[in-house]
Amino acid sequence: MSRARGFLIGVVLLLLRRRGPRPLRPGERERIVPPAPENAGAELLAISLLLASTACAIAFVAVYVLDRLPRQTQLLGLSLGLAFVFLAAALVVTAKRLVVTEELEDDYPEPEHPGEQETVARIVEESGLTRRKLLMVALGAAGGAIGVALITPAASLGPFLRVSRFYRTPWRRGRRLVNENGAPYRAAEIEQGTFYTAFPEGADREDLGSPLVLVRLPRGELDLPPENAGFDADGIVAFSKICTHAGCAIALYRAPLFRPNDPKPALVCPCHYSTFDPASGGTVIYGPAGRKLPMLPIAVGSDGVLRAKGNFDGPVGPSWWGVRMKGPTP
Amino acid sequence: MIRRLVRFLDTRSGTAPLLRKTLRYLFPDHWSFLLGEVALYAFVVLVGTGVFLTLFYEDSTAKVVYHGPYEPLRGREMTHAYRSVLDLSTNVKAGLLIRQTHHWAANVFIAAIVLHLLRIFFTGAYRKPRELTYWLGVTMLFVSLLEGYLGYSLADDLLSGMGLAIGYSVAMSIPFVGANLAELLWDGPFPGSHAFFPRMYIVHVLVIPLLLAVLLGAHLALVALKHHTQFRRERRQSERKLVGVPTFPGQAPRSLGLLAAVAAVLFLLGGLVQINPIWLWGPYHTYLATNGAQPDWYLGWLIGGLRLMPGFDVTIGGYTLVPNPFWGGALFPLVVLVFLYLWPWLERKLGWEGDGYHNLLQRPRDAPGRTAVGWAMLTWVTLVFVAGGADRVDVMFDVPYTEQIWIFRVLVFVGPALAAIVAYRSCIELGRAERSDRERRQAEHEARAARSRA
Repeated sequence: MSRARGFLIGVVLLLLRRRGPRPLRPGERERIVPPAPENAGAELLAISLLLASTACAIAFVAVYVLDRLPRQTQLLGLSLGLAFVFLAAALVVTAKRLVVTEELEDDYPEPEHPGEQETVARIVEESGLTRRKLLMVALGAAGGAIGVALITPAASLGPFLRVSRFYRTPWRRGRRLVNENGAPYRAAEIEQGTFYTAFPEGADREDLGSPLVLVRLPRGELDLPPENAGFDADGIVAFSKICTHAGCAIALYRAPLFRPNDPKPALVCPCHYSTFDPASGGTVIYGPAGRKLPMLPIAVGSDGVLRAKGNFDGPVGPSWWGVRMKGPTP
Repeated sequence: MIRRLVRFLDTRSGTAPLLRKTLRYLFPDHWSFLLGEVALYAFVVLVGTGVFLTLFYEDSTAKVVYHGPYEPLRGREMTHAYRSVLDLSTNVKAGLLIRQTHHWAANVFIAAIVLHLLRIFFTGAYRKPRELTYWLGVTMLFVSLLEGYLGYSLADDLLSGMGLAIGYSVAMSIPFVGANLAELLWDGPFPGSHAFFPRMYIVHVLVIPLLLAVLLGAHLALVALKHHTQFRRERRQSERKLVGVPTFPGQAPRSLGLLAAVAAVLFLLGGLVQINPIWLWGPYHTYLATNGAQPDWYLGWLIGGLRLMPGFDVTIGGYTLVPNPFWGGALFPLVVLVFLYLWPWLERKLGWEGDGYHNLLQRPRDAPGRTAVGWAMLTWVTLVFVAGGADRVDVMFDVPYTEQIWIFRVLVFVGPALAAIVAYRSCIELGRAERSDRERRQAEHEARAARSRA
């Protein structure tokens, strides 16, 4: 019964399909792409959009050639951008209205080709190479050694094993602290409530070991640990300006972590807000830094100028595996 | 005319069969399949604008005193690199347009890749037989992050210099080899020798673009060899039958339209919306930094990771072993990368996915476990990303920074768990609602049929 029904449905479907396409006239071939819908309005629209695109592209060239136009960058961007906007619109109209949208079916490629796999495996096996184990091992050794040899010159990129260089700074006993113009800092000009950037006289300022922050603290607030005793010069303390977390410059005094009414001033790095307390020798009071800010011992010379009394009390800049946390660097 | 051209090509290259196949290659239709194409076209714009920029850029860090047209910087000492980008922006006709378009294109490129990755992940498109395509894509995402970072570091303005200092510190923090690696790359302690900028330059304009082009070629070749995946929206779409629009005449104008649209958006942004005005930041010096500094968006998750990490170094005695930047700057992205690489394998280990061969996509609700894990990861990375902007929230909305950081430190644990639970329950409920809906309709249908028979 159901078989008969299926047969009937099949026949009906076949008949219906037969009626579908117009019969071919003699000499006419069957089409690959079905005819696109006639759509004069859409064609006109696409043509106008393309003309608008052309006009904008020409406008771009004109704006480029006509010098001294105000806001040239904006006009250039606008004209070129609009040329592409109109082009995109024309192409969308073409896709949606002027060409036929066929939804075709296709078979996915075969998941695998067992016959071919077998052939490939047999070709490799029957070559006999894979059975010569020792040859294969020797080949691997040669390949590995040549690989290592070829990447060895990469070691020329940098010093690589001379990590001691990270400890070096230009600070020495007696070296004067100078400002950005190279003029020596006099102790008398360092005021409270602000910070100063200082450099070692005559040294490379870009060296991470060079820049300092100078802060003058009220006498009573200074609370240096024993190992930093005598590092200050009449309440003026000097620290490396490079954060021990990620190497940015400590460029903030208080804000934004410490509001104007907070009791204690603090040195803050604006990259990740590591915060250091100048009064207690640069200890970390907030943020991701894992080491205190290196402190430089300073003194006031007989001429009133600030001088270094030695080197920092720890390595400057970001940490690395095996860095000594304390101990002066020569 | 057409016939003569095709004949010329075929007789010289024998490609007529390939051409015919290409023209009738089928593209299944869904808007989300275009995200990868957006990334591809942004890459095209990046290469085009980038070539123009290389013709003006100087990679020297030798110092020079500025005497150009930009008044506020006259007399300032700066590197040739910074001055060349400044001159490109102020003196070269259309220079600023091309530079800004390039920068916008980089942002859009990576955004498109991320959205494409989310689509691939949540629909299970990476499953067998397409794992290779997926791994190539994930690799391209991370290579592109490095490429973008190098690109804006080349300008040598204050922001890019701060970014390099952070990158250097993260390199230094890598266990065992950090200091050696940093010395190798920078040719000495930061800011490195005069060789460092030329190294960044050649890597940015040749090595990585070439690598991306090769990866992209392999990615697209694999897509074409295995054909596209598809959603099952009608009966005839199956694991063996692909339904789609042929390259020509259907898909070509759509795809070219998308190329034009991407170019349009990028040039409009490049001309009308300012990005990275390096003349306002000024030249970089190691002793300078500015507050409120933010990287390009795609590195926001790393600055968030660095800021969220509580302050500690792993130390033994008087020696530091693992410095703090390692956790947020190196380990965090590494965990995300390894997760993405391992996920297809992990999903099988969990028993959520068999050894099946898939051409049909799943909807997120069809794989509740995957959807839950995906949402957990996405929430985790997004929360860290948002935490990276906590200082801006402090300044703009007056919410104290320190309290925000504590809230985020809790949220990065609670958020992903919550997201996973909500996602999982939603999938289960959606699936159940669908099933009961189908059963109800079937019952109604049967009841109607019974009535009409009676």
